Amino acid sequence: MTAAAHHTAPAPAAPPRLVRGGEQGFFSRALRAHSASVLPGFGLAFGYTILYLSLIVLIPLSATFFKSAGLGWDAFWATITAPRVLASLRLSFGASLAAALINAVFGLLVAWVLVRYRFIGRRVCDALVDLPFALPTAVAGIALTAVYAGNGWLGQHLEPLGIKVAFTPLGVVVALTFIGLPFVVRTVQPVLEDLEPELEEAAATLGANRLQTFQRIILPAVWPALLTGFTLAFARAVGEYGSVIFIAGNMPMVSEITPLLIIIKLEQYDYAGATSVAVLMLVISFALLLLINLLQCWSSRRMGQTRG
Amino acid sequence: MTAATLPLPSPAAARNRATAEPAYVRWLLIGLALAFLGVFLLVPLAAVFTEALRKGVETYFAALTEPDAVAAIRLTLLVAAIAVPANLVFGVAAAWAIAKFDFHGKSVLITLIDLPFAVSPVIAGLIYVLLFGAQGWLGPWLQAHDIRILFAVPGIVLATIFVTFPFVARELIPLMQAQGTEEEEAARVLGASGWQMFRRVTLPNIKWGLLYGVILCNARAMGEFGAVSVVSGHVRGLTNTTPLHVEILYNEYNFAAAFAVASLLASLALVTLLLKSLVEWKTRRELALAAEVSSERPA
Repeated sequence: MTAAAHHTAPAPAAPPRLVRGGEQGFFSRALRAHSASVLPGFGLAFGYTILYLSLIVLIPLSATFFKSAGLGWDAFWATITAPRVLASLRLSFGASLAAALINAVFGLLVAWVLVRYRFIGRRVCDALVDLPFALPTAVAGIALTAVYAGNGWLGQHLEPLGIKVAFTPLGVVVALTFIGLPFVVRTVQPVLEDLEPELEEAAATLGANRLQTFQRIILPAVWPALLTGFTLAFARAVGEYGSVIFIAGNMPMVSEITPLLIIIKLEQYDYAGATSVAVLMLVISFALLLLINLLQCWSSRRMGQTRG
Repeated sequence: MTAATLPLPSPAAARNRATAEPAYVRWLLIGLALAFLGVFLLVPLAAVFTEALRKGVETYFAALTEPDAVAAIRLTLLVAAIAVPANLVFGVAAAWAIAKFDFHGKSVLITLIDLPFAVSPVIAGLIYVLLFGAQGWLGPWLQAHDIRILFAVPGIVLATIFVTFPFVARELIPLMQAQGTEEEEAARVLGASGWQMFRRVTLPNIKWGLLYGVILCNARAMGEFGAVSVVSGHVRGLTNTTPLHVEILYNEYNFAAAFAVASLLASLALVTLLLKSLVEWKTRRELALAAEVSSERPA
């Protein structure tokens, strides 16, 4: 992209219509780009990409929206405002928010420690951070339940303190924290690695102590990445199913997450109800995806500024 | 750095002291981070293997060699063997079109490719139920022609392809964008056919990124639970993947067997992490080597 911009840049006097091109369709414009290149295979690769994307993702997803459109607004609204659905949404979003906040704090800490300090086992820790990506969610679910149940390794010490984790909303937060753990670490880590030591040296020269340097120099630099990681962890947590259902206890109105409610409605052959709740969650997910993209744009622009 | 007259012991040491935390803060932070990783990652991982072996090695192996478990493992391998190559081919095609050519709407296309990561696995299963189910769009037609997709292997494969859709593509797109088009153009100018260019130039350049994407894609394909749970129908020995088998055993309070099968999946996760670290190490080394070679070359 930069190469193309470079080639067209030294023609400021060129009439704008040459640069803008005609009012052609998406495909013809895309195919025209191909004819300018000596590389083969654009038509095949692009066509296959669009076909595969449509068959696997776009058509099935839009089918869901069409299905819910057939329900009518009143039925949709009645479904998503039913007390049991609202309770599940409160739990899903509340627990996801709590888990993402825990991950923002500890993810920043873990990223900092992995980038800045040298200690035995650092590489193992670095590799282990990705465990929630690699471990099947069902395995994570039963493992966390075993650990936090009343007779589990951690549960037996927490229960005398009056803290019940397994089969309560707190268990949901624990499972969602596990699932979202890598996101903040992996978005903040590269930014910390690229941070120029000169900035911190300048702050030290000007008389700032480490805490001030952290607050005024380091935190503003990693802030966009931290926010991106937080949103990614939150978005993942909202839709999570496998790791939660084992530890949650799944009591209606208390510890029942929204994805589980969709499955319950499906098992009762309430396709309309399941679709309504799913469409609501899809809309929220897409809004989060848009937010993540905007955050990443902001983040890369900020990085570009500090470098330039 | 010309201020050699300053009576400091060593400029490097002074700089380190100015931009480093006191030792006690350092150890406190390391301790906190390790405690967090320990509680949330290491303890659950250790619990899987301990619980699996609680009733002895014999029970452990009995749980793994029981016919339903073997059928579940075989189905998981089959599903991954279809889903991973399918997404691999797609990933290479999408990355080739996006990274090597300019066209309008490219960023929209990249966002659409990432879409499956934003969708809850449960909804990923649901959309295929709405499409292929008895009440779905294609349901009546499929029933009339006696084609089973839902509650059968094709549905499980489709749901798995959906949830692992972006893995290879999102790994390759930035990599191939960074590599540019010069090397492929040179190959073409020197008379290479399209296939020769791809095999001799593109493939060697992207092999580690490709492997990285495949490793992650495979781990998710073999471990997927939510989406597969919706479309599988849970027929023992027929449409039960390994993670679903774990769930059934667990819900039957057969904990030792559930954790035994789970330990297999946890081992897979550990192998995945190991391979992933190896690939990362290998790419870093090649980057360093490339930088060395280019710095030796006269500008």
